[in-house]
Amino acid sequence: MNAREQQLLLEIADDELILGWRDSEWTGIAPLLEEDVAFSSIAQNEIGHARALYELVARERGTTADELAFDRSPEDYCCAPIVELRLLDWEKTIARHYLYEEADAKRLDQLKRSEDPEIAGLAGKIDREETYHRLHAQMWFDRLQDEPRFTAALDELRPLAAALLDSELRGEHTSELAELWEEMTMVRRSQPAGTTW
Amino acid sequence: MGGDDDGATLAARGDDVVTEEQIWDALAEIPDPEIPVVSLVDLGVVRDVAVENGSVRIEFTPTFLGCPALEVMRDAMAERIRALGAEPDVQVVLDDSWSTDKITRAGHEKLRASGFAPPAPRSAGTATSLVQLNAALFRCPYCGSTETTLENLFGPTPCRSLRYCNACRQPFEQFKTI
Repeated sequence: MNAREQQLLLEIADDELILGWRDSEWTGIAPLLEEDVAFSSIAQNEIGHARALYELVARERGTTADELAFDRSPEDYCCAPIVELRLLDWEKTIARHYLYEEADAKRLDQLKRSEDPEIAGLAGKIDREETYHRLHAQMWFDRLQDEPRFTAALDELRPLAAALLDSELRGEHTSELAELWEEMTMVRRSQPAGTTW
Repeated sequence: MGGDDDGATLAARGDDVVTEEQIWDALAEIPDPEIPVVSLVDLGVVRDVAVENGSVRIEFTPTFLGCPALEVMRDAMAERIRALGAEPDVQVVLDDSWSTDKITRAGHEKLRASGFAPPAPRSAGTATSLVQLNAALFRCPYCGSTETTLENLFGPTPCRSLRYCNACRQPFEQFKTI
């Protein structure tokens, strides 16, 4: 796996990890019980995908998935700013979900055609699960597409979604990533080095 | 147990402590940690078993990548192999080889009997559109009616959706097709 491929997998893994954390913030407080379940399940899948991608990169770099996920400082993450935002309004959450799944489908399609069989195989496996995320996003898009608050949220977030498919556009992190990082790594940072999980 | 006696006899006879067949039999007794009515072999997650010089190499694929049962499955397999007197080497393969079509026919029956609708075959295209998920293709595991509706694409674990049977008025869990 060359350095470019490693970087691309790391970007996607970081996107999935951070978005997984953000999605999990709806657990218990989503507007419908079904959506509590849906966003919790989607979050679990995204973090599972992040882990599998980190494992591929970790093996190349002689490290572990946990170290990649939790032992880097916030500025070393390479996620796109759109996944960092704490969006506790439903229309923005659904707008991001829709834009994210749209972009994710495109990059998974490319990864499935990778010449590296491990990358192509993992992308295929991830894509099977993402089918359900896309159906879920589509269902909400169909429901909300004529709602002004939803279309405004789409307009606001669409420019940020472009970075999901273009490393050059990722740019600076938002201040929200540092806050999330504090929370996300708190338990691990409180344990002595070498603790196993 | 009979299986253990066989193991002892074979160990005395040949180079390998166990045979591949014994390993498959042992793995067929390990329940899925989250759906214990089916075994790991029923689920089709064991891709290959190879025995060589007292060491047993297992290749297995997780069902869903975020499934927390992964480590439990891996450790349970290693423990069973050690109990048979061999050294386990359990490899987790993260490729695209597992789909719900790998769940065995016996696995389907066990799921259905426990009120858990087995996955529709991938060839039915049931994973691809909301129209299909809303069509009358899914059978209630309790009464057999196809008058069922999708309640939620997601359920209590990554592998399940929730449906409702309009005939017997019973909600049920549907294994997602992936």
